[in-house]
Amino acid sequence: MARFASLVESLGNTPLVGLPSLSPTPDVRLWAKLEDHNPTGSIKDRAAIAMIEAAEKEGRLQPGSTILEPTSGNTGISLAMVARQRGYRLICVMPENTSIERRQLLEMYGAQIISSPAAGGSNQAVAVAKGLAAEHDDWVMLYQYGNPANAEAHYTGTGPEILADMPSITHFVAGLGTTGTLMGVSRYLREQKPGVQVIAAEPRYGELVYGLRNIDEGFIPELYDADLLDSRFSVGPDDAIHRTRQLVEREGIFAGISTGAILHAALGIADKEVAAGRRADIVFIVCDGGWKYLSTGAYAGTLEEASAALEGQLWA
Amino acid sequence: MAIQVRIPTILRTHTGGNKTVEGNGDTLAALVDDIDAQHPGIKGRLVTDEGKLHRFVNVYVNDEDVRFTGALDTAVKDGDSVTILPAVAGG
Repeated sequence: MARFASLVESLGNTPLVGLPSLSPTPDVRLWAKLEDHNPTGSIKDRAAIAMIEAAEKEGRLQPGSTILEPTSGNTGISLAMVARQRGYRLICVMPENTSIERRQLLEMYGAQIISSPAAGGSNQAVAVAKGLAAEHDDWVMLYQYGNPANAEAHYTGTGPEILADMPSITHFVAGLGTTGTLMGVSRYLREQKPGVQVIAAEPRYGELVYGLRNIDEGFIPELYDADLLDSRFSVGPDDAIHRTRQLVEREGIFAGISTGAILHAALGIADKEVAAGRRADIVFIVCDGGWKYLSTGAYAGTLEEASAALEGQLWA
Repeated sequence: MAIQVRIPTILRTHTGGNKTVEGNGDTLAALVDDIDAQHPGIKGRLVTDEGKLHRFVNVYVNDEDVRFTGALDTAVKDGDSVTILPAVAGG
C-alpha cells in the first residue's frame, strides 16, 4: 500500500537497493538505504516527526507554540515542514557556513533563521540555541542531540526496516552527527541480531569548523553511547566527494556529500571482508539527495577544486 | 620515515604554529610522549592525569577513532597518519 492520508504519514519504509557495480565481489555486497525518499528528502524526517509527536503527547506543544532548534539544515527543514502543517512557529539556529539551498528551503517553509558564527560550527549553534532557550521559557527546544525520540525513531523504524529487508546483514554503516541513527539502529540490531558490526562515519571538516575555543568546550551529544559502536572513522572532504561522485557515476544514485563519507567507510570495510575471505552484506545510509549541495561546488570541476570549495563549509 | 601527526588549530601554540609534526613510537602513548618531548605541554592537552584521552579530544590513526582500537595502547608504525581533533556536533 503506497497511499497515505498526508505527507507526514508517508514517512519511512524507504527502499534498500543493491550496488552491483560498487560491490567488490558477489560475496561482499553493499546495500544503500535511500533515506532521500522521505517526505522532505532526508533521514532527518524520522527524528523530526518523532520529536514533535513526542512533545505533543507530553503536552509541551500546542498550536501556536514556538519550536527552537540548533541545526545545520536537514533537521530544520524536516521540522519546518511539520511545523507548517501543524501551526507551530519554528526558529532554527544555523551556522552561517551552511549551503544556501538549506536556508532557502527553511525560508520557503516559513522558518525563521538565526545565524551562529561559522567558526565553531554546530557547537556554536548548540550554544546559541541553549542561550536563547534560557531567555525564552515559552519556546520549546526539541534538542535533537539529547532527545530520546530521535534515537527511538530509528529503533522502531529504520532498524526494523533494514533487518526485514536484509536478514543476512553483517555490517551497518551510518553518519555520526546527532548519533540518533546509529544509536537507535544499533540498539535494535544488538537485540535482534547480535554480531552485526555497527560503524560510524564522521565528517572531517576544514579547520575553521573546529574553532579556536578551548578543547574543554567540545561537544558530545547526550544520545551518544560508544558501547553501541564497533568502530568509528573520520572521513575528509576529498574522500567524501570522490565517493559521492562514484555513487552517481557507477550506480546512478545522486546523494549528498555526507553519504559519500559513509560510502567511503563502507567500502573500506568491504575491502577488509574480501581480504578475510568472509561473506558480507553491508548496509549503509543514503542520508539525502545531492540537490541541496549543488551550490557548494562538490559536483563540478576536478576533485581538488571541489575539495577546495568545501573548505570552511559544513558539508554534512 | 616517521609518523605524521595533524595538530588542530587550538593546539598549535605548542607546535610553533605547525599544522603537522612528526614523531615515533610503537603505540599512541609512546608517540604522544615523543611529540611532547619535542613540543612540551601538548601531552597535558590530550591526556588526563589518570592517563586517559581527554573526553573532548578525538584521535584517529589512519582515519580510525582510537577509542575503538585500544585508545592510547593502539599500535602505530612508520607511515601512519594520526589526526587529532576536538569533538564537534553534527546534525
